[in-house]
Amino acid sequence: MTEQTYDVVVVGSGPGGLAAAIAAKENGAEKVLIIERDIELGGILLQCIHNGFGMEVFKEDLPGPSYAQRFIQQVSELGIDTLLDSMVLEATPQRRLYVTNRKGGISTFDAKALVFAMGCRERTRAQIRVPGTRPAGVYTAGTAQRWVNVEGFMPGKRFVILGSGDIGMIMARRLTLEGAQVERVLEIMPYLSGLSRNYVQCLQDFNIPLHLKHTVKNIIGNKRVEAVEMAAVDDQRRIIPGSEEIIPCDTLLLSVGLIPENELSRQAGVQIDPVTGGPLVDSYFHTNVPGVFAAGNVVHVYDLVDWVTGAGKEAGRGAALYAMGKLPAGSSCITVRAGNNVRYVVPQRIDAQVLEQEPISLQFRVSQPIEAPVWLEAVADGNSITRRSVFYARPGEMLTLPLKPEMADGLRGAKEIYIHVNER
Amino acid sequence: MNSLTDSDKPLEIICVACPHGCRLEATRKDGEILISNAGCKRGKEYATNEITDPRRMVATTVRIQHGIHPLLPVYTSEPFPKGRVTELLREIRKVEITAPVKMGQIVLKNALGTGIDVLASRDLK
Repeated sequence: MTEQTYDVVVVGSGPGGLAAAIAAKENGAEKVLIIERDIELGGILLQCIHNGFGMEVFKEDLPGPSYAQRFIQQVSELGIDTLLDSMVLEATPQRRLYVTNRKGGISTFDAKALVFAMGCRERTRAQIRVPGTRPAGVYTAGTAQRWVNVEGFMPGKRFVILGSGDIGMIMARRLTLEGAQVERVLEIMPYLSGLSRNYVQCLQDFNIPLHLKHTVKNIIGNKRVEAVEMAAVDDQRRIIPGSEEIIPCDTLLLSVGLIPENELSRQAGVQIDPVTGGPLVDSYFHTNVPGVFAAGNVVHVYDLVDWVTGAGKEAGRGAALYAMGKLPAGSSCITVRAGNNVRYVVPQRIDAQVLEQEPISLQFRVSQPIEAPVWLEAVADGNSITRRSVFYARPGEMLTLPLKPEMADGLRGAKEIYIHVNER
Repeated sequence: MNSLTDSDKPLEIICVACPHGCRLEATRKDGEILISNAGCKRGKEYATNEITDPRRMVATTVRIQHGIHPLLPVYTSEPFPKGRVTELLREIRKVEITAPVKMGQIVLKNALGTGIDVLASRDLK
């Protein structure tokens, strides 16, 4: 059993973890380690072979593996240690990690600051309780993506996709390009859950029908999926009798949401926001456990990898400052709350003293779509702190509201700040 | 959706140039294409091309020998004519290469005579 001490240890090497490790090193942490369970760095980006990554960070339209490789290169140039093919079994509030791999057995790592960057898991059939038999041929969209793009086999020939999340739509296109037939994409909500551009370039381009307010009522098949029974739903998401239709297919893919993967965070005593499924954090992505930070999709699910990189950098910088004893102690803590038509806000708490020094970006999602100009507004003690207008607000597309240092005055003494999204 | 004439009613085009997903409107007046509601220059360009010469980035995989994975992800160096994507994929399927490969390495040069190359998306050992 080996033991080692690091300034910053990052768990996970997707875009959040890579950015956090790089930022930690660049902000003065000397010994930085990334622990990754796969055989190479990069995380889920390696199976996201489609384009659309990097428009904000690099001003280029890159495929996922290229985006990852640019950061992997930096990790190696900066002399950041990596431990691959290794699983973190346990994390303690004292920031000790128990890690296992094939070569070294169990080893222990102590971190002055710890960054959790485990990303998300996909919601599965069990979590959305789809009725019917339990044949082979029901998979999550991301699993199918790994098979098709990395491991090299097709999970079926005729597909129905449940859920209009980005991964589902991107897989609809991918499977079509590989010669499969995608019969339908079904979405229980009255609106698209992924980005509009993916509807255009993944579904519309290939004439794949999208049915909003529809779901799978039943899965049919004994050994293998033979068909799914689709049905329309009403405004309360109840199945409308008589609307059923049998769609023959051999595979049902589920693209029904992602859940931040926080088993390790919980072990370490990190408080989880019941809405996001991720840690409650401040603007450094510092959790309630001193020295424990969270980077990227483990906090809440971002639409864009570029924003995951941005969030990872903040977490890594915070971790480096903490490891060096330079992180400002939160003395004037303000709780950030979801107001009108806002489902959640990250960070969930901010510090007016930190805001005096640097801008803070609030990230949030609406509960209901508004297809008209809206105000995004921050209100503290009944006073408007800032507001900005956007053309529309959709649950599938994250919104941001920047707080600037000059606004810190208006927040002094405030206990809470509410974020509202109202029609203009 | 390639034909748009002066007498047609405005055509709604959802922009794919970036994640904002702006809804643009295209009309034709005296043969000239007019775009409204574009959030930026790139959106205007995208919508105009969408009527005259629609193109898409194409990403897929090719078989690779002796690599740590059986497939190498590849992508087109620039957006490819939309009507010829299926043809392009047939061509890419014939390609087989051997590891190691470097990111950006040309896997298929001047695909279908378009001047567009197909490139490796990553290093693969």
